[in-house]
Amino acid sequence: MAISRARRNRMAELGAHVILLAFAVIALFPVLLILINSLKTKKAIFRQPLEFPTSETLDLVGYATVLQQGNFPLYFWNSLFVTGASLFFILLFGAMAAFALSEYKFRGNRLLGLYMALGIMIPIRLGTVGILRLMVTTDLVNTHWALILVYTAQGLPLAIFILSEFMSTVSSDLKSAGRIDGLSEYSIFFRLVLPLVRPAMATVAVFSMIPVWNDLWFPLILAPAEHTKTLTLGAQVFVGQFTNNWNAILAAMALAIVPVLVLYTIFSRQLIRGLTSGAVK
Amino acid sequence: MIEVEQDLMVSERKKKPFRWHVLVFLAPAVIVYTMIMILPLAETLRFSFFQRDTTTQVVSFVGFENYIKLFFDPYWVEPFLNSLWNNCYFFLIHMLVQNPIGVLIAALLSMVHLPGKKLYRTAIFMPTLLSFVVVGFVWKLMLSPLWGVSKGLMKSVGLGSWYLPFLGKEETALTTLSLISVWQFIGIPMMLIYAALLSIPDEVIEAAECDGVTGISQFFKIKLVLILPTIGIISILTFVGNFNAFDLIYTTQGPLAGPNFSTDLLGTILYRTFYGQQLQPGDPNMGAAIATVMFFIILTGVAIYLFFIQRKLTRYEM
Repeated sequence: MAISRARRNRMAELGAHVILLAFAVIALFPVLLILINSLKTKKAIFRQPLEFPTSETLDLVGYATVLQQGNFPLYFWNSLFVTGASLFFILLFGAMAAFALSEYKFRGNRLLGLYMALGIMIPIRLGTVGILRLMVTTDLVNTHWALILVYTAQGLPLAIFILSEFMSTVSSDLKSAGRIDGLSEYSIFFRLVLPLVRPAMATVAVFSMIPVWNDLWFPLILAPAEHTKTLTLGAQVFVGQFTNNWNAILAAMALAIVPVLVLYTIFSRQLIRGLTSGAVK
Repeated sequence: MIEVEQDLMVSERKKKPFRWHVLVFLAPAVIVYTMIMILPLAETLRFSFFQRDTTTQVVSFVGFENYIKLFFDPYWVEPFLNSLWNNCYFFLIHMLVQNPIGVLIAALLSMVHLPGKKLYRTAIFMPTLLSFVVVGFVWKLMLSPLWGVSKGLMKSVGLGSWYLPFLGKEETALTTLSLISVWQFIGIPMMLIYAALLSIPDEVIEAAECDGVTGISQFFKIKLVLILPTIGIISILTFVGNFNAFDLIYTTQGPLAGPNFSTDLLGTILYRTFYGQQLQPGDPNMGAAIATVMFFIILTGVAIYLFFIQRKLTRYEM
């Protein structure tokens, strides 16, 4: 769409490919390095770090160690559940609040908007001591819900901020028409507005997903028990335990990377469609 | 929450019946956010006005003493200013490297018309998905003289003599970390700018072409102007993220933000003060004071953006 077909320039496009390829290589190289070395013998890791594993240097000992020692499938499920549930609540509660703030006039509206936006600026970590105390009194320590609550609170401010921007662009004629047709406010929100702000929802989903999935801090403090350990925490504990066992560490890293790649591949089509759906040409 | 309710009551009593739906829409988000984020943070703020006596272990109210210590006691003020300066530098590198490269990649992506497009996008977005544990570990490994991957690579392109243990030297460590951080997060500005470029209506582009504005000049005169608001949002998100940065430094350089505190950011100094490490016992009250100051620094930055920069950005209806 960017350049009209008639004028599309072969040379320019080739140049674009070359530059993009260079950036892609820079982005992927470290990831690839971990993946190929996780499959090698210790000697080969040090002597030929840049070579792909051959029949002589192929060694799965790292993976064997990891899968015997760690509960990786369980960690993966924990991460998936916590991330999924947090995303659901961030999107639902965030969209509802954003709708109220952008749609209705009431006293204190602006103030409430500012109050919710405060959270964008402050890392929730600064409140760790208070959060821990709260979770202990409510007996939520070492449960998935402790993490889900914290991540929901952490994700809401940005979600509301982005979604309000988008909700205010939804045409008011449409909403008025809905009201004249006798739709309740809830139907207007769920049936008219939500489908229209799907691109923004996808954007919010990805931006909220990444820090939640990769967080190390709160799992360490709120849910370090074996049955609630997340993947990131599992990998980190592993690095601490196996300081000199490079095969095991690289394998653990590889195992921490792969699920994210799979998840992203699943979601990426949705995300791109979401990000650009306002621009269907 | 209650205030909102009262506000609603007051404003509604005169006119319509009370609008319950507004409350229903707002309640879940406001309750969760207030309980889990605001109240614990308020506790942090309250903490910063107290101090534990080292001998008697009694915690007592000390007013602004912690803040006075932070700003005037050389033992505190030097590391604090050092980390503040480092943080500004960290942010500056992001602005100078991340945004232009993000715009460049997005612009190139919108030129390319092959299936390769999706692969490039996924590849460049990949580092953003990785956890800091992985990012810190892999870069430490690659740059370490011990394993020598980067040395070997630089040799192969004839830059062998330029190799330094980048993370181990005071002069280069912070720049290296900033660039690693850019490498990690470049996917986000790329995605947002790409989406903004795609949402520019065809009519605008066609009109420009009719007026003979094409190619590079079209990009700078038309498209860049139209995506400025997006770049503004990216900048403010980067600013907030950078001034909260902690994990990358922690996983690569450890809590002491070495070498010799040259990579110390506000986040790491906060962590050390709060939880302590080899050289000092944890001091949650002093940590709370630093957290509060950080909050005001970020607030100031955001206010400057909202009142001075965003107002100047013309938003075009698209």
